[in-house]
Amino acid sequence: MVLVFAESPRGQIKKTAFEAVTYGKKVADQLGTSCVAVVLGTNAANAGELGKYGASKVLQVADAALNDFDSQTYTAVLADVAKQQGAKVVVLCHTSTGKAIAGRLSVRLGAGLVSGVNSLPETGTFSVRKSVFSGKAIVDYSIKSDVKIVSLMGNAVRPDASGSPVSIENISVSVPAGRIRVKSVKTQEGTVPLPEAEIVVSAGRGMKEPTNWGIVEDLANTLGATTACSRPVADSGWRPHHEHVGQTGIAIRPNLYIAIGISGAIQHLAGVNNSKVIVVINKDAEAPFFKAADYGVVGDLFEVVPRLTEAIKKFKAAH
Amino acid sequence: MKILVCISQTPDTTSKISFSADGRTFNEAGVQFIMNPYDEWYALVRACELRESLGGSVTALNVGPAANETTIRKALAIGADEAVRIDAVPPSSAFVAKQIASFAKDHGFDMILLGKETIDYNGSEVGAMVSEHLDLPYVSYASKLDLNGNTATIEREIEGGVEILEVDLPFVASAAKGMAEQRIPNMRGIMSARTKPLNVVAPVPFEDQVETLKFTLPPAKAGVKLVNPEDMDELVRLLHEEAKAI
Ligand SMILES: Cc1cc2nc3c(=O)[nH]c(=O)nc-3n(C[C@H](O)[C@H](O)[C@H](O)COP(=O)(O)OP(=O)(O)OC[C@H]3O[C@@H](n4cnc5c(N)ncnc54)[C@H](O)[C@@H]3O)c2cc1C
Repeated sequence: MVLVFAESPRGQIKKTAFEAVTYGKKVADQLGTSCVAVVLGTNAANAGELGKYGASKVLQVADAALNDFDSQTYTAVLADVAKQQGAKVVVLCHTSTGKAIAGRLSVRLGAGLVSGVNSLPETGTFSVRKSVFSGKAIVDYSIKSDVKIVSLMGNAVRPDASGSPVSIENISVSVPAGRIRVKSVKTQEGTVPLPEAEIVVSAGRGMKEPTNWGIVEDLANTLGATTACSRPVADSGWRPHHEHVGQTGIAIRPNLYIAIGISGAIQHLAGVNNSKVIVVINKDAEAPFFKAADYGVVGDLFEVVPRLTEAIKKFKAAH
Repeated sequence: MKILVCISQTPDTTSKISFSADGRTFNEAGVQFIMNPYDEWYALVRACELRESLGGSVTALNVGPAANETTIRKALAIGADEAVRIDAVPPSSAFVAKQIASFAKDHGFDMILLGKETIDYNGSEVGAMVSEHLDLPYVSYASKLDLNGNTATIEREIEGGVEILEVDLPFVASAAKGMAEQRIPNMRGIMSARTKPLNVVAPVPFEDQVETLKFTLPPAKAGVKLVNPEDMDELVRLLHEEAKAI
């Protein structure tokens, strides 16, 4: 059986978990077994939907002690569920939650782990692929243990909702007392967090002034995109730190990354070069970013960006 | 306050990455190695700051061969009081975690800090594994860490925001940007690093469950397609029809 931990941060199961269940279902099909999803905590209103993505069963450990995240208690509970259910493969999301659990769970279950995978396993060897060296290389690992753990990179598979919802089965597992006390959570409401965004509009020092960001936001809103920025922009306080992408910021892999007035330094590319499609807008034809781009526009961003926004509005109106 | 900081050595971001013809080994020739930036700038510096205000000691630990001692001496120059090198060429993060845990288990550290991930294998696995081996709480991606008596208040990066939490000593935390500011070792630090203790410890046996099969380089980009800046309708058409990105 393939067990997928469908995380529900702040009471909501999100795209990353749907991706993980889609992936888990494909692995289960390869192995000729079933895919079971597990949800922790009492608030995961949309858990039944996991059936649509391929879970034949959805298990819930409905204990309010699990509503706040503590890697230690989550690991203990997931390990028990995996054992109880006889899981051969455990799939996690490569998110802040998954990263804090994956290593723990591998120690607890004595199971080999590959984190941040972006491919289905090869049948037979169970070899999985991930990107390493900040996107500059790819590696294939084979997991040899009886029980195997992978954490799935966001945007690596398309969620497939062609199945039907299932009912939720409560299971009882003892929940050890946690040692972490969550005091508060502060998140940007109303925007898709960067690691989950399919389209990212990012801008750099070429914007000249923080007050010029209106054209970037207009473009992002028109596309339904999340905004990001280069490091100097975040460092000088032009934009909030959580928008900073790159080696020292966050690494993302959206379907579309639009870079505006960013030179494309190697440390910036380290966080974005796994994006599926890269568009670069820069007035300097020699900017290094063009070497990493799929589409390039050599021009003044203050003219090009509003023009692109208009073109997208026109396109959206026609489609 | 006894703090353990785990440091690893990684190729500098600007290094050209290549592998042996069979894809089994990373070519080290000509590669500039550095201390993993998250370990250095954030975990190590924050540990030194805490020691400076609260007293105690900072131990820097590396699992690696003798060639890593330049990097380890740099940790001493930045401010660690002593260093430990577990003498092995680590084959995996699980191996590294096992070594760290078996060393830490008998030393009564109040806090174990490391970087949020390494910039070579990008796994973010070691901290979690160490915590489980030692049965300690683990806080990943900590961007702020303050201590009040026995209790730490930590800000942890989550998708689109932060979580603020409290945890009592001892614990393990991985450090992200914001926890401290990079420190450049000064002359006094560099001089004193030469005489600070650097103990070499033999590794404990460990059987890996994961085998590295092959490294490859990503396929080269086809090359950029330039679009006339006057004609953004064309860019939109390409993004829709060709790239299927919108
Ligand atoms: C150890 C280390 C880690 C780092 N980590 C990161 C990281 O995580 N993320 C990151 O982003 N950087 C990082 N950096 C910094 C990185 O090296 C670059 O300095 C930075 O990315 C440059 O930001 P930028 O492209 O916005 O600015 P610049 O390099 O100044 O580029 C601005 C660009 O805008 C273009 N431009 C200007 N005006 C216009 C206009 N009117 N129209 C169109 N184009 C215009 C210019 O041609 C230029 O290419 C790191 C550096 C180091 C040393």
